[in-house]
Amino acid sequence: MSTTRPATGHERIETNNFLMIVLILLVVAVGGIVEIVPLFFQRSTTQPVPGLKPLDAMQLAGRDVYVREGCYNCHSQMIRTLRAETLRYGHYSMAGEFVYDHPFQWGSKRTGPDLHRVGGKYSNEWHRLHLLNPRDLVPESNMPAYPWLLTTKVDDATIGAHMRGLRTVGVPYSDDEIAKAADGVRGKSELDALIAYLQVLGTAVK
Amino acid sequence: MQTAVPALAGSPAATSTPVRVSAAAPAYDDGAVRLFTLAAVLWGVVGMAVGVLIAAQLTWPELNFGVPWLSYGRLRPLHTNAVIFAFGGCALMASSLYVVQRTSQVRLFLPKLAAFVFWGWQAVIVAAAITLPLGYTQGKEYAELEWPIDILITIVWVAYAVVFFGTIGIRKVRHIYVANWFFGAFILTVALLHLVNSAAIPVGPWKSYSAYAGVQDAMIQWWYGHNAVGFFLTAGFLGMMYYFIPKQAERPVYSYRLSIVHFWALIFTYMWAGPHHLHYTALPDWVQSVGMVFSLVLLAPSWGGMINGIMTLSGAWHKLRDDPILKFLIVALSFYGMATFEGPLMSIKTVNALSHYTDWTIGHVHAGALGWVGLISMGTLYYLVPRMVGRKAMYSVPAIELHFWIATIGIVLYIAAMWMAGVMQGLMWRDVHPDGTLVYSFVESVKATFPFYLIRFVGGLLYLAGMLLMAWNVVMTMRIGNAPVKQAPASPLVASSAAAA
Repeated sequence: MSTTRPATGHERIETNNFLMIVLILLVVAVGGIVEIVPLFFQRSTTQPVPGLKPLDAMQLAGRDVYVREGCYNCHSQMIRTLRAETLRYGHYSMAGEFVYDHPFQWGSKRTGPDLHRVGGKYSNEWHRLHLLNPRDLVPESNMPAYPWLLTTKVDDATIGAHMRGLRTVGVPYSDDEIAKAADGVRGKSELDALIAYLQVLGTAVK
Repeated sequence: MQTAVPALAGSPAATSTPVRVSAAAPAYDDGAVRLFTLAAVLWGVVGMAVGVLIAAQLTWPELNFGVPWLSYGRLRPLHTNAVIFAFGGCALMASSLYVVQRTSQVRLFLPKLAAFVFWGWQAVIVAAAITLPLGYTQGKEYAELEWPIDILITIVWVAYAVVFFGTIGIRKVRHIYVANWFFGAFILTVALLHLVNSAAIPVGPWKSYSAYAGVQDAMIQWWYGHNAVGFFLTAGFLGMMYYFIPKQAERPVYSYRLSIVHFWALIFTYMWAGPHHLHYTALPDWVQSVGMVFSLVLLAPSWGGMINGIMTLSGAWHKLRDDPILKFLIVALSFYGMATFEGPLMSIKTVNALSHYTDWTIGHVHAGALGWVGLISMGTLYYLVPRMVGRKAMYSVPAIELHFWIATIGIVLYIAAMWMAGVMQGLMWRDVHPDGTLVYSFVESVKATFPFYLIRFVGGLLYLAGMLLMAWNVVMTMRIGNAPVKQAPASPLVASSAAAA
């Protein structure tokens, strides 16, 4: 340690470990507080759109598959408010459509097309064939094939716990829905579950 | 030490480089530094190899083999986690624990805890390498790891913070050196981001749901995601810059005043920039606009850092000619400048309307990741390895030079291919006939991207080849020491290594 003379200006911070830590924390906290906190109180971001229902057991099992396989790495679920997007994919996505989505799956990259309003666009059989080998239907596609989804069964032992967990964070499942969840998925393949999820995507808004 | 401000120009009494090891200096605790240095090289090879594999999968989808744990959707998170948190993380921990001792003139605070940080971090990495291919994921980009691993990360990170700030707490010099401001901000902010973004409700041993939904989840995720870039991949590596460039160039940092201004401006502004990942989405417009404005402002502190680093070479430009380590460090800053110009550009809503969701974003990320983070880490590791394994220099200096050129050519191929692919995709997606109907189907844009994916694959392969060359050089340095080749007597590598601890 050298001769101590009183610190001035920025020296006061850079000679004080504790002050440095506190100031850094204060400075980095501001942006998040301003941008994030109001979103929990804005009506447009917290109210479901009319007609929005939580996913049923089968659809939720499908969403779990969607997340597990990392579909969000190549597919968005967010139609932007741009003319070319609504022409291609349908009505732009609205905040109230996602209030039950834990986690959100908006994605950041379209190696494949947006899926937010894919529900009802193709038949179940189309999805079956496409997921088992995309190139059978779309020769230029670079999407991976998912043959294991056909042979893997949905785990009916955990689906109830998944719904209870989601209820804890705000998805309005009833006791009855949770009680019947296992029966709803028993014996079904993950492929059928995933298709059930894809077919309900974006259908709350026409 | 009567130096008020270490290593900064404008304070004439300051030492010309970050605090020098004086005769009376203590021996340092470099156990964890050595391990982190070697681990960074290993995980660099692994993470980049997975990157090359998934680039090949996008080009030739048959390479997914119909096997769950080899499919792109599970391996892409493995690639991002491996290069960011394993390669980048180990490089940051190695350099920060090395720098904090030298610039504080003390041994590490609780060296045993530092060893725990190393082994704990390796446990996180191995757990990630096992669980991600198995499909255990929280489904949020760069925060995929499931809740048990998140808890382990938190414990290891707190230990890391205790060692780092504890060492500053017992420092023998009055001032906290500028590199440590950046390392400190990186450690504190990453802790904050991780705790908030990973909040989830566990519903099984390897399954959880985010505590937030929809818009809030998206905003919190990109507040996290953008600042994983801003603090993990930027502030931490600026800490590296502020020590290793002055050391290797043997020049003082260009401007003390600039370092203060750009430090506080950078850490304040970055935290506002997340919403530019969500332009034209269901995120309320006011947040998008605020995010865009701060993203534009961010150009200033980013370039402040770049200028401070590059201008440190004032009066020593000739060293770039024969010192490949300095080439790595300085060209890294050039890519940093490029990427931080491109970022604000892409945050402008009208530009983003074209660029978002396309491969332009991938190109932008890799200009930063390969060019900035990768090159500055490699330069730093080449500086650290000989010192950590008790050698005077790397086994082969020409191999460092070769690595530099292979890596640079690889980066240029990669980012040029992704720029072209991205702009093309954006234009094809929005192209409409005079009657208002779309010109291209989606898959036509996929087909048109094929040649660019091929070029990107080659670029990535070159970058990986450079990393393999580095791994070979590191192994040879450990086994043999310096190669008995004739080197220019004034080789700066040898000269500067004399200052090694």
